[in-house]
Amino acid sequence: MATTKSLTIQPENHSLETDRTNHKMETEHPSQKQQKNNKAAISIENVNFYYGENKALDNITLDIPSYQITAFIGPSGCGKSTLIRCINRMNDLVDAARIEGSIQFNGKDINDKDVDVINLRRKIGMVFQKSNPFPKSIYENIAYGLRIVGVRDKDYLDHTVEQSLRNAALWDEVQDRLHASALGLSGGQQQRLCIARAIAIEPEIILMDEPCSALDPIATAKIEELMLELKKNYTIVIVTHSMQQAGRVSDKTAFLWLGKLIEYDKTDKIFTNPAQKLTEEYITGRFG
Amino acid sequence: MEKSKKTKKYKQSDGHIWIWLTALSTAIGLFMIGGLLILILSNGLGIFWPSHLQQFKLKNGSIYLGEEWEQEKVKNEDGSGNSERLRIKIANRDIYGLDFKWIDKADIESIIEPDSALVLERMAWGQFYGFASKLTDNDQLLAAGNSAVIAALPKYMDEVGKLQEKINRIEKVEIKDISYQTDALRLQQKSIEQKEDKTDSDNQDIVKIDAQLQELHEQFSETEQQLIKLRTEANRYILEMLAVSGEPKSILLADIVRYFQPNDMNVLQKSGLYIARLWEFLSDAPREANMEGGVLPAIFGTVLMVIIMSIAVVPLGVLAAVYLREYAKQGLFVRVLRIAVNNLAGVPSIVYGIFGLGFFVYVIGGSIDRLFFAESLPNPTYGTGGILWASLTLALLTVPVVIVTAEEGLAAVPRSVREGSLALGATKFETLWRVVLPSASPSIFTGLILAVARAAGEVAPLMVTGVVKLAPSLPIDGYFPYIHLERKFMHLGFHIYDVGFQSPNVEAALPMVYATTLLLIFIVVALNLSAVFLRKRLQQRFAVTHL
Repeated sequence: MATTKSLTIQPENHSLETDRTNHKMETEHPSQKQQKNNKAAISIENVNFYYGENKALDNITLDIPSYQITAFIGPSGCGKSTLIRCINRMNDLVDAARIEGSIQFNGKDINDKDVDVINLRRKIGMVFQKSNPFPKSIYENIAYGLRIVGVRDKDYLDHTVEQSLRNAALWDEVQDRLHASALGLSGGQQQRLCIARAIAIEPEIILMDEPCSALDPIATAKIEELMLELKKNYTIVIVTHSMQQAGRVSDKTAFLWLGKLIEYDKTDKIFTNPAQKLTEEYITGRFG
Repeated sequence: MEKSKKTKKYKQSDGHIWIWLTALSTAIGLFMIGGLLILILSNGLGIFWPSHLQQFKLKNGSIYLGEEWEQEKVKNEDGSGNSERLRIKIANRDIYGLDFKWIDKADIESIIEPDSALVLERMAWGQFYGFASKLTDNDQLLAAGNSAVIAALPKYMDEVGKLQEKINRIEKVEIKDISYQTDALRLQQKSIEQKEDKTDSDNQDIVKIDAQLQELHEQFSETEQQLIKLRTEANRYILEMLAVSGEPKSILLADIVRYFQPNDMNVLQKSGLYIARLWEFLSDAPREANMEGGVLPAIFGTVLMVIIMSIAVVPLGVLAAVYLREYAKQGLFVRVLRIAVNNLAGVPSIVYGIFGLGFFVYVIGGSIDRLFFAESLPNPTYGTGGILWASLTLALLTVPVVIVTAEEGLAAVPRSVREGSLALGATKFETLWRVVLPSASPSIFTGLILAVARAAGEVAPLMVTGVVKLAPSLPIDGYFPYIHLERKFMHLGFHIYDVGFQSPNVEAALPMVYATTLLLIFIVVALNLSAVFLRKRLQQRFAVTHL
């Protein structure tokens, strides 16, 4: 199996940090912690995952490096979505699901009993395959994550909404209709709205589960551009069907097959000189 | 080639038959509903229109003045073919004893429409058809002869009307005030008297209240004197009428609600009268055993009851649906529960009524009385039927509908939207409250619409939980605490039953039944439309569309 190396990348200070003052959120900014010790953002060790009797993940071990984009690729049903949903414990919602092994985040196993899943999900945001804006206004969609922790300060909300939309490259398109329904946006805009919504609560990691699978090429290009921009401030994990996309945006790529991690390495290496025959066959399109 | 053509033709016609059948059953349903509506509309809207009075002279010399009501063909007694007969409304119940009369068409010698025929709508005894002979003021003649009397009437009617207004004000405001205060003081006194160990100050209080009661009593007699004086003054004016058959009848002007000469009116005047009568129907209290006057208390009771029911049924139904759909562990128990809830909707409504009587009225109401209204016992306050208990009983009756539709609404909210909320660190409750319930609110409103439609037309359970044929006061008035949910109330559905089947003169009350039915239908439609309108607005706000 492929082993993991921690990469050292100096994170830059980012714009979201600028004029935040007296608000109630307690999320510490990732860069402060990560600058000190450039270890992996998330370490997955020997993870097995079962849906009832079905084993969906088989002994997965990998480290996800900070401030990089890590892509999970593989054929349908290989477990890449399951794996990404383990990271923010979205699989808790599935009845009869069971996980073994450890997933370390900020020095703790996220499946420990004393980990607050609500807090975990605020630090590890997620963008879904199908854009899922709430049936509310654009503004309220972004403000949602802040409102549920009781932020009432209008100036702070306004500021965060604007910043998040700017960071998601959506501000220019929606600034004059912030209070219109989010459901009136196009598919690509809705997906960027979901990204903006995720970054509004300043997570450390953003998980993206096939974020472009329902989008046209232009919208896809915009999201990819956005990802490259976002990785300065966030650790990004992306599940994708498209090998071209993985090649274009990711720094590291993991290839999963039938619930097993076949190969995990730098994207360049995977795409040019894969160590495993299976990887090569998948990448060259012989199956999948 | 030939054969395939045949099968094709056959199949086509086969399909046509099914389409015809489905269309036919729809048409039958529509026809029946439309027929019912037309029947009620034509009968209910027509009754306020003043119809002409005809004077029938029969061959045997008797004369009747009345309006034609219906025609009927009957078999002759000797079997020699049919003869037609007419039913005419002759009114003057106090003279003839009956409002209607059948006469054979063959017996009629002549029919004329006298212009001078006068219709009086009276406070009691129904209408009077006849001719005015004279108008007197304490035996002093003011006018004599039909046309002179009618010319003089407006002035004196006006005068009497003003006196009547004063009387009304004294009766409905001043005397009510006094009796309200008296009641309150008596209760206070009684609660002090019921104390086990009375102190000196308690005894002083009793004496003080006695003094106040005395004062109120004096005030009451004074007001009563005033009232008697006003009444004598109003009763000075007497209208002498002659029925067409020659019987005289003296009628107090104060007893006349309205008078008109239907044969001498143009369309505009008739329209004015129509609107006035319609307005009276909508805005006045009933008189004469509910057969005349208006139905305002019944409208008020119906609408208020539906509103209270909605306030009770929506939270109850939605919470139950949320538990069943979102929190309960899906399994055999929940399935059985769901079937039980569905079946609950089929329980006969009188069973709910009796349950409401036993549980709400006797158990809960009785306990409230013992705890908070002990001083007025044995007279019950909440321990008897009232609008609150009736509304809660109806809420129980309609809650299955709300549960089922709300559950469907909750199930229709896509999983992806819930996950979006959870992924932002919302708890399950926050997700439910801020995303799922708003998205499901149109369905919840659908449930409410169905509940309202059912509740507004329900009568049987109300009869045992607080509806009455005549409520002395509305459940909302100017006396603290303003909303009196313990009061008995009137209801349009019950009104229909009462007027149509329990009144002393069912035939004469028939128009009232039609009008009330029409009004009830209108109110149900209006309540439904407002709920539909609200739902539409919610749908525009919360429509969940996905690409």
